[in-house]
Amino acid sequence: MADTHVEEPTRRDFLYVATGSFAAVGAAFAVWPLIDQMNPDASVLALASIEVDISNVPVGQQITAKWRGKPVFIRHRTEEEIKAAENVDISTLRDPQTDDERLRKDPEGKLERQWLVVIGICTHLGCVPLSYAGEYDGWFCPCHGSVYDTSGRIRKGPAPLNLEVPPYKFETDTKLKIG
Amino acid sequence: MSGESTYTPGNGFTRWLDDRLPVLRLVNDSFVDYPTPKNLNYWWTFGAILSLCLGIQIITGIVLAMHYTPNVDLAFASVEHIMRDVNYGWLLRYIHANGASMFFIAVYIHMFRGLYYGSYKAPREVLWILGVLIYLLMMATAFFGYVLPWGQMSFWGATVITNLFGAIPLIGDPVREWLWGGFSVGNPTLNRFFSLHYLFPFLIAGVTILHVWALHVTGQNNPSGIEVKDPSKDTVKFTPYATVKDAFGMAVFLILFAYFVFFNPNGLGDAANYVEANPLQTPAHIVPEWYLLPFYAILRAVPDKLGGVLLMFAAIGVLFLLPWLDTSKVRSARFRPLYRQFFWIHVVVCIILGWCGAQLPSKVLFGSDTQVGIYDTRNEAMDAVTAAAKEQDLSPEDDFKVEEHVVDNKLEFVGSRIDFAFDVTDLARILTIYYFLHFLVLFPLLGLVERPQPLPASISESVLGKKAATAEA
Repeated sequence: MADTHVEEPTRRDFLYVATGSFAAVGAAFAVWPLIDQMNPDASVLALASIEVDISNVPVGQQITAKWRGKPVFIRHRTEEEIKAAENVDISTLRDPQTDDERLRKDPEGKLERQWLVVIGICTHLGCVPLSYAGEYDGWFCPCHGSVYDTSGRIRKGPAPLNLEVPPYKFETDTKLKIG
Repeated sequence: MSGESTYTPGNGFTRWLDDRLPVLRLVNDSFVDYPTPKNLNYWWTFGAILSLCLGIQIITGIVLAMHYTPNVDLAFASVEHIMRDVNYGWLLRYIHANGASMFFIAVYIHMFRGLYYGSYKAPREVLWILGVLIYLLMMATAFFGYVLPWGQMSFWGATVITNLFGAIPLIGDPVREWLWGGFSVGNPTLNRFFSLHYLFPFLIAGVTILHVWALHVTGQNNPSGIEVKDPSKDTVKFTPYATVKDAFGMAVFLILFAYFVFFNPNGLGDAANYVEANPLQTPAHIVPEWYLLPFYAILRAVPDKLGGVLLMFAAIGVLFLLPWLDTSKVRSARFRPLYRQFFWIHVVVCIILGWCGAQLPSKVLFGSDTQVGIYDTRNEAMDAVTAAAKEQDLSPEDDFKVEEHVVDNKLEFVGSRIDFAFDVTDLARILTIYYFLHFLVLFPLLGLVERPQPLPASISESVLGKKAATAEA
């Protein structure tokens, strides 16, 4: 082949490249089902919302509901806890959010200050924080020492964000729909 | 060193086979007639010990898989079933669980051996890189395996490690859900980890074949770090010399192995893993298995989540670059007076990093406080501390603390100003910096400033001394 020294791509080069590209695209399509099978399946996605009765949670206590395999803390806050959450200069916070922004309204449109609903997963590496612990009496994560206040906001430690507020609404005064 | 084949088939059948599939020739040339440097010490037996470990893990693992059930409702019970009901199940599981630790003990000795004698240096770069790859595969395999018993440490270890991938910007969350097959660690996660735990040892076996192939192309390094010059004087046959030495090394290693299996089978594990996984409650103190502790300490040493994850992976990634970071022309630390000392400092740093990884990050090693006051409730203490902080223009979060004490059966809250505190995280930070300094700064620098001691003329001379070597010649 030494004598057929050409600079221009030949018809054969074109066919090689075209065949190769076609095979690569085909392989990519064939691989996709193998990758996508690992994503959450239909049965997991079907468990998207739950209803929780909160009528029997006394002031100063909290229940844990399970939503999408994660704990959700539903906390009936005391006046003291609400005051502590509100009296914070939010400019000093790592993830600035007022207490009000983290609460939801009841069906009549009144802000439910006594109910705080957060996903009980530390935003650092996913441990479940201990309730009524830490320096702000909110939550304390035993894994790497993150401290959250009574509004679930990050105050100390390695976690970057506040405890996540899940999508939820008050169906009635005593019934929550999460998801 | 992989020169001409010296194999001569001994009978009609082996001659017939050799013309069709020269497998006996391969075995002979690799493990019988293969020339090994005659000065190899016992640190060189760990390659064979590691092959033994892989074999033990694969055999016990295949048998355990016949009795184990990878389902969140049944996994924990099936492991207890193995322990109580299956004939010799307790033995097989204890061998497999402790075998993982033994595997890592051997691999760490093997790696530090390579670091001490400069086995990663040219022309053995590919050999070293394949080794680091095997080490990474081992860590992944061990992690998958640790999740399978579905105890508390299994579950929360899996949660913490998979959450590391959530730190990736933009695609972190989808990647995490893809790994989980859900919105948290659950049944799909356990199922795929079981599948991968079965797969990965065979990947390790595959890369090990490449590792040994690369080894047999360049020939083994040796304690003097100089190349074989005259195979007839510098080397001995693999069999019986290396075979017997390896066999003795394996036997001694198996004594240690047997001690753990029979006398201290849970000594290297965590008691919390005998509590079934509970997604709603994190154990008070999560620690990985001992062999991952130094990297865990590096992860926690960084105050930023993404930064910690990157640095942890970089701590392993930097190993791939060693052949090019080291500027010294001399391989063996035997003839490198400065590197020899820094090598041991680095070993100690890695061990203390491991210790840091096992401690609570906020544990104060030494420090001093000034008490603000003692209060009956946490809120009073917090108010007092906040007021004191404002007065002194300090941060109530970082410079003050409130601790609970029980005095005469009564809870009291002590507020105090932290004047000085050196905690585990601080120590881990210093050691993490040193870890990277060792590879990124000392490795290039030492080769330039160090004056190596004179090298022996040959491997034979390093063994016999100058006189004897000349006399022999």
